[in-house]
Amino acid sequence: MGLDFSVVPGYLGVLAMGAGWTMAITICAGVLSFFGGIVFAVIALYGHWSVRLPVRAFAFLFMGTPLLLQLFLIYFGLIQIGIDLPAFVAGVIGLGLHFAVYNSELIQASILAVDKGQYEGARTLGLSRGQTLRRVVIPQAVRAVIPPMGNNMIALLKDSALVSVIGVMELTLAAQQAISRTYRPFEFYLAAAFCYYVVNLALEAGLRHLERRIAASR
Amino acid sequence: MSDQAFVTIKNAAKSYGQLEVLKDINLTVQRGQIVAIIGPSGSGKSTLLRAINELDPLTSGEVWLEDVQINRKLPHRQYEAHVNQVRQDIGMVFQHFNLFPHLTVRGNITLAPRMLKGLTEAEANKLAEEQLAKVGLSEKIDEYPSRLSGGQKQRVAIARALAMKPKVMLFDEATSALDPELVEEVNLVMRQLAEEHMTMIIVTHEMDFAASVCDRVLFMDKGVVVEEGPPSVIFQNPANERTRNFLRKHLSR
Ligand SMILES: Nc1ncnc2c1ncn2[C@@H]1O[C@H](COP(=O)(O)OP(=O)(O)OP(=O)(O)O)[C@@H](O)[C@H]1O
Ligand SMILES: [Mg+2]
Repeated sequence: MGLDFSVVPGYLGVLAMGAGWTMAITICAGVLSFFGGIVFAVIALYGHWSVRLPVRAFAFLFMGTPLLLQLFLIYFGLIQIGIDLPAFVAGVIGLGLHFAVYNSELIQASILAVDKGQYEGARTLGLSRGQTLRRVVIPQAVRAVIPPMGNNMIALLKDSALVSVIGVMELTLAAQQAISRTYRPFEFYLAAAFCYYVVNLALEAGLRHLERRIAASR
Repeated sequence: MSDQAFVTIKNAAKSYGQLEVLKDINLTVQRGQIVAIIGPSGSGKSTLLRAINELDPLTSGEVWLEDVQINRKLPHRQYEAHVNQVRQDIGMVFQHFNLFPHLTVRGNITLAPRMLKGLTEAEANKLAEEQLAKVGLSEKIDEYPSRLSGGQKQRVAIARALAMKPKVMLFDEATSALDPELVEEVNLVMRQLAEEHMTMIIVTHEMDFAASVCDRVLFMDKGVVVEEGPPSVIFQNPANERTRNFLRKHLSR
């Protein structure tokens, strides 16, 4: 049987919907991974041991085990202890926390690299440690890791396909659905790949724009 | 001007492990007085200056600003609150400016007044405009520090410190990192502050500037104040051999 892309247009709506969910989950998980990364980094560097140790154990777990397993654990596992999350929410939490751990590693290194003079400049004005961290150190540390954190966001976009396994109707699952009706896997997986590629281009363009905008403030 | 003590340092000592960096230093600065601290590299000038605002706390001794002891021994939390409070009255200018690169000039100047003095945005903006006008950089208000020359950066750093309306200003080699042609614009701002009777303690390697601006000069060596007096005496007729040796090297340049 030859290739026949003429079946694709009939499912454009399904694919577009899937792409929409993929973007939604990427954006939500991306935001969670960004702020979660900052929080984890601050705890890792400055937290009391009673917070720092659990967070480190948690980070170790998230870095050392498959994301797929983590998603199963959050979606199916938590039900057993009475936490029944909608698939989308479970997906966002799983992806978001997973990448928060990676972002945290970047941000920690970046916080430590902020010049000592920045702390001194802020503290001599009368800012407290916390104020200095929030308003002077972290904004600079985050700006410095926008490029590598952008790579994490692109990885997050691609890994968002994994949430199809817990039933979120994102792009990959949408393609599968179309395939189950048409028996045209090649055409639809290719179409889905093309959609990922386009979303990815948009994401990269956004990141480049962001980098240019903050170039003067580094 | 009252001749009352404004900044007082009593029996200040500081060591890093075995290394004694400051040894029993006493210094009284009156309101409106301008004191220069000179001396060879490693003599403890920066350490003394940084002890005044608790950046490098003393090992022993006392630092007072008017009737407030700056280096009070307090439980951790109270100490933090106390230090954050007293630092608002002590402006400090560093050799490497320490401007916040992620904020515009306006943001640099308004950050602390807004956070610590509860100024509204409009009040803070007005303050930033005033302070920038004073250092002659009104047109740079929306620039980022990376777009400024060294001299401009240092003038912004001075404006940022002044925006807190400090009682005293500390300068740690404010012009040492500048290209020679940019030194004068910063000196000019400092002279202007002198005319306004700002109390200042200035660590400097520029003897001409110290001689023309300061009321008193301290010569430090190896952690002690070797000699102090009015610039006319210290620069033209120093009593101590070490002072003479130091000045011979520095004035001939
Ligand atoms: N954090 C520190 N740990 C150990 N020793 C230090 C520390 N900071 C300063 N010192 C030492 O204290 C001494 C005095 O240093 P300080 O910076 O006060 O000198 P300075 O007079 O300002 O010199 P310069 O003219 O080079 O700036 C030096 O011997 C220096 O090596
Ligand atoms: Mg020094």
